[in-house]
Amino acid sequence: MGKKVAFLQGNEAAAHGALYAGCNFFAGYPITPSTEVAEVLSAELPKIGGKFIQMEDEIGAMAALLGGALAGSKALTSTSGPGLSLKQELIGYGCIAEIPCVIYNVMRGGPSTGMPTGPSQSDVMCAKWGTHGDHPAICLVPASVQETYEEVIRAFNLSEKYRTPVMVMPDEIVAHMRERIVFPEKGEIEVIDRKAPTVPPEQYKPYDTSFGDVPPLAAFGSEYRFHVTGLNKMQDGFPTTKAAVVQEEEERQVRKVEGNVDDIVKFEEYLLDDAEIVVVAFGSTSRSARYAVNEARTEGIKAGLFRIITYWPFPEKQLLALAQRGVKAFITPEMNLGMTHGLVKGCTEGKAPVLGIFRVDGEPINPGQILDKMKEVK
Amino acid sequence: MAFDYEKYIRPGKLPHIWCPGCGHGIVMKGMIRAMDTLGLEKNNTAIVSGIGCASRLPGYIDCCTLHTAHGRAAAFATGVKLAKPEMTVILVGGDGDGTAIGGNHFIHACRRNIDMTYIIMNNYIYGMTGGQFSPTTPHMHKASTTPYGNPDPSFDIAKLAIGAGATFVARGTAFHANQIDKLIVEAIQHKGFSVVEILDDCPTTYGRRNKFKSVIEMMNRLKEVAVPVKAAEKMTPEQLAGKVLTGILYKEDKPEYCSEYQKVIERAGGAAR
Repeated sequence: MGKKVAFLQGNEAAAHGALYAGCNFFAGYPITPSTEVAEVLSAELPKIGGKFIQMEDEIGAMAALLGGALAGSKALTSTSGPGLSLKQELIGYGCIAEIPCVIYNVMRGGPSTGMPTGPSQSDVMCAKWGTHGDHPAICLVPASVQETYEEVIRAFNLSEKYRTPVMVMPDEIVAHMRERIVFPEKGEIEVIDRKAPTVPPEQYKPYDTSFGDVPPLAAFGSEYRFHVTGLNKMQDGFPTTKAAVVQEEEERQVRKVEGNVDDIVKFEEYLLDDAEIVVVAFGSTSRSARYAVNEARTEGIKAGLFRIITYWPFPEKQLLALAQRGVKAFITPEMNLGMTHGLVKGCTEGKAPVLGIFRVDGEPINPGQILDKMKEVK
Repeated sequence: MAFDYEKYIRPGKLPHIWCPGCGHGIVMKGMIRAMDTLGLEKNNTAIVSGIGCASRLPGYIDCCTLHTAHGRAAAFATGVKLAKPEMTVILVGGDGDGTAIGGNHFIHACRRNIDMTYIIMNNYIYGMTGGQFSPTTPHMHKASTTPYGNPDPSFDIAKLAIGAGATFVARGTAFHANQIDKLIVEAIQHKGFSVVEILDDCPTTYGRRNKFKSVIEMMNRLKEVAVPVKAAEKMTPEQLAGKVLTGILYKEDKPEYCSEYQKVIERAGGAAR
């Protein structure tokens, strides 16, 4: 028997990917263009005894998500720009209290209400710098319906493995387009669950680093009871202002991600071996970029595509290696005013010019624009 | 025999942070007596709070305790309860946390009638930040941000809860210590969202700005204004002017959220828990 195939929208695929990953809790608030995730899960979760709740606002949704996750659930929320801004308060809470959960954010025009139905890629900085204070950030940016399904699974896995909130951020085009999707069989893609404590309850500490940088997490309502706070905390979960402890804990929280970039960073290299012009793109823009690279090749231009799949941590090492190998130029087409452009410039250390193509008018970047930019490279 | 409060207190976490004369400790003791009366199992009980003086209470209690962000206790707690309906979930916090920044979560928890108990310590002020006016600071009273008297009208928390759909609403005071545990016991036993407002005192940031010479004077004030619901029935509107009703103010049986969601699961053909 062949694999199950369907014709799905990106948002629908995200919901089904979450279910594959073991998601059994959803808390959200309606917002265009991500609402289909909530609609699908409101129907699917009760079928498996899971929980769906539509909260009174975006902040409440993020709070309920963290509460559900602490009670042992694998929890998802979906939102878009304005909702992501509101959720930032408690994304920070999830980071400092180290609560695994997944935030699926569809990128639409901004700032503020912006263009609710227009595509954008301008939330990528918000994924890292939106909440105050130093904190770990993982953000995945799929480019197809199939990849959205798979990256949502990977987001759950990374979230559980590193005990931290993880974001998946398709742009509106990826979220709303329909494509063929092939569902993996059960067991075909690994599903990771958070490390559970093995110590006797009286010895349990929720941030016990003797188990490494990612301490085991018990669930409320289990044989373990513990304290959780948004204050800087000690290994036993209680607040502290002791300088050395705060410094070490803050560094550990960030190190969980920054110390494991090779495990987290995912990218695709397309025709890069001999490429003189490297297009660095993600999401729907990378599809235009691939088309442009193919066109360029037929015209004798040695172009290639570096497709970002993990946006945070940013693939700095890989881009620097390309720059060091020697390329004539990088081109960064993106539906924002230069967020990726700045990052690529920063990590390639001036070894090659970085040309930007920025679009914030709600229209996708087309291959012709990218091809034209390639021809500007001397 | 003296009551053993230590049974529910986390070893090594006292003394608490509250100022001398603050009523929060009286409320905490009432809550512990209520927990003991009901025989609440520590592992199966979650105490959830927001930010503020009152919200530090969970850290002292030996249960599953969650000190969340400012105003968000009700929303975090909703997630815990929905994920594990078998748990007893108690919320604690102050007036500013619960009815200003957390006002939206508060009224919607009332509306959902989710089976949790919210103990609100109403001391009419933001104490932790040094005495700014809150939604319950009386009109024309002084706070650090109302040096000319408070121009705002104030919330009646109990009426707000009833209006929003809470199905059990009670009020006590920090002076009437022996009543606190009885109200909390009934609130926890009630199936649905229950609110227990405890009128409290903050001598440090409220009392000294509003001509209270001592904690005793503040406590006496709570004693004077409180009128039990039963006694109020026999009083005239003139006699009730300036008084505050105490006891169980409202109680009704209505479908509870987690039970209703269980029916959703059954209608969807899902596995019964």
